[in-house]
Amino acid sequence: MKGLLKLFVVELKLFLREPQAAFFTLVFPLMMLFIFGSIYGNEPSTFFGGFGSVDVSVPAYTALIIATSGLLSLPIVIVVYREYGILRRFRATPLHPLNILVAQVGVIFLMTALGMILLVIAGKLVYNLRFAGNPINIVIAFIISSFSFFSLGFIFASVLPTMRTSQTITMALYFPMIFLSGATIPREVFPANIQKYAEILPLTHIVNLLRGLWIGNSWNQHLKEVGILAMLFVLGIIISAKTFRWE
Amino acid sequence: MQNNTIIKVDQLRKVYGSTVAVDNISFEVKKGEIFGMVGPNGAGKTTTIECVEGLRTPESGDIQVLGLNSQQDGYALRPRIGIQLQESALSHRLKVWEALDLFASFYPRSIKWQDLIEQFGLEDSRNKPFAKLSGGQKQRLFIALALINDPELIFLDELTTGLDPQARHTMWDMVTDIRDRDKTICLTTHFMEEAERLCDRVVIMDHGKIIAIDTPGNLIRNLNAENRVIFTVDSDFKLEISNMKKLQGIRQVDEIGDRIVVYGKSEKLVVEVVNFLSSNSVKFRDLRTEQPNLEDVFLGLTGKKIKD
Repeated sequence: MKGLLKLFVVELKLFLREPQAAFFTLVFPLMMLFIFGSIYGNEPSTFFGGFGSVDVSVPAYTALIIATSGLLSLPIVIVVYREYGILRRFRATPLHPLNILVAQVGVIFLMTALGMILLVIAGKLVYNLRFAGNPINIVIAFIISSFSFFSLGFIFASVLPTMRTSQTITMALYFPMIFLSGATIPREVFPANIQKYAEILPLTHIVNLLRGLWIGNSWNQHLKEVGILAMLFVLGIIISAKTFRWE
Repeated sequence: MQNNTIIKVDQLRKVYGSTVAVDNISFEVKKGEIFGMVGPNGAGKTTTIECVEGLRTPESGDIQVLGLNSQQDGYALRPRIGIQLQESALSHRLKVWEALDLFASFYPRSIKWQDLIEQFGLEDSRNKPFAKLSGGQKQRLFIALALINDPELIFLDELTTGLDPQARHTMWDMVTDIRDRDKTICLTTHFMEEAERLCDRVVIMDHGKIIAIDTPGNLIRNLNAENRVIFTVDSDFKLEISNMKKLQGIRQVDEIGDRIVVYGKSEKLVVEVVNFLSSNSVKFRDLRTEQPNLEDVFLGLTGKKIKD
C-alpha cells in the first residue's frame, strides 16, 4: 500500500512534467472554451434547445478530455513503460505489477476530472454556465464514460508494441472521433446522415450521455448510451486481460 | 541444501521457440562469493540469471535461492535479493532521488537512500532526470536501486557493458566494496578481464551449456598454457638471443624485427629470461610479460574467441 501511494504521487508529478499530456488534458479544453465562447457567447438559443453554446460545450469538451486521456495518454504511457523496460524494472521488486497499472489509471482519472473541473469553473466565472441536471448523475456518468474509454485504451496498450505505432494508430482514431462525435464541434452543425454515421463512434455516446444529463434528462433517456459504454468497458477488460504483456 | 549454499540450480532448461537457450545446467553459488557467468552474447547467461531471479519461467529444472523456490516463492524472495537488469530503464523525467525514494517504498525494509547517493557518487546528479544521466551514472543508480533493500544476494547482469574503461574500473571497485559488506554477488559478463578481476568462481557458458566451472586461477592453470616474455633489443645481440633457445624451460623464441617474444611454461620464465640477459650483458628495454588469461581458457575450450 505504501508503495502504491508513493507510485501514485510520483506518477502524478511525472504527468505534470510531461508538457504535452498536461497541455491537452488541462489547458487545451480551456482554450477551446474561451475561443468559441468569445465568438458565440452563451446566449440561450433554440438551436441548442434553449441553452447557450458554452452550456452544451462544457459537457462536450469533457468528453474530449476523456478521449484524450483514454486514447492518447493511457496507451502511450503504458506502451513506453513496456518498450523502454520500465515495467521490467518494477517487476524485479516485491511490488505487485498490477499496482503500476492502478497508479497510472488513478493519475489519469484524477487529471481528467481536474480538466473537467477547470472547464466548469471557467464556464461559471466567465460565461455564467447553466446546469439543469443532477450533479451526482454527472459524476456517475463521468466515471462510466472515463472507465469505458480507459478500458478501450488498454486494448491499444496491450496490442501495440512501440510508442511510434501506438501514437500513429491512436491518433488516427482520435482525430476523426473528436470532430465527428460532437466533442469539439456541436453535432447540431452536421447534416443528419453524418450524425447517424457518428453513432458508430464510441465517443458520440459519451457526448450524448454527458450533454443529456447536463440539461436535465433522466437516465431512462440514455439507457442506450450506458449500455454501449458498459459493453465497451467489459470488452476492453476481456481483450486486454487476454493480450496484455509485461515485456 | 548446505547452509552456505545460497543458490542451487538443478537441471535448468529454457527454450525459446526452437532454440534451446539454456540446456540442462546445474551449479551452486556459495555464501559470500562473487560468482560469475561468462561467455559470449547468446550463451544463455541472461536467461539463466533471470530464471534464478524468478523473472522467467524455465521449461524444467529446480532453482533454490536463499532456501526458497524462485518460481513459486517469488514474492517472498524479492525483498531479500537485489537485481540489476541488463536491459531496463526508468521514466525519463524521474529524478535520481525520486527513483531511490520510490523503490525504497516497495520493500518492507530499506536502507537510507541518502547514504546510497553518497556511496555511489550521485550527489551532484540527485536532482537530474534519468534521461540526462550518463551511462555510468545510470548504472550506478541501478546498483544503488539493487541495494536499497539491503539484500543478502545481488544479481548484476552485464554491469559494465557500454561503459568506458574508466567507468568500468569504478564499477569494479564498487562491486568488490559490496562483497566486502558480507553480501553474495552473482554476475554475468562477456568481458573475460572483468570476470578474472572480480570473480571468486566462474562458470564458462557457451550455447546454453556449462563448459567449465572453477576459480579463474584453476581454470588458467589447468589450461597448461604458456607464458610469454616480450622485450626489445638492439640488433647486435643476435647471437645471444639465439643461444637463449637452449635454456631449459624455454620452448620457442621469436624475433619480430628488434622485438623478441619468448615462450615457455615455467612460472619463473621472466626471472630466467632476465637473468640470462643480464649475465650476457644484453641491453634490453620495454620488457613485459603476458600470462594466459580467461580469454585463452575460452579459446582453449571452444576453439573460438569471445567477441565483444
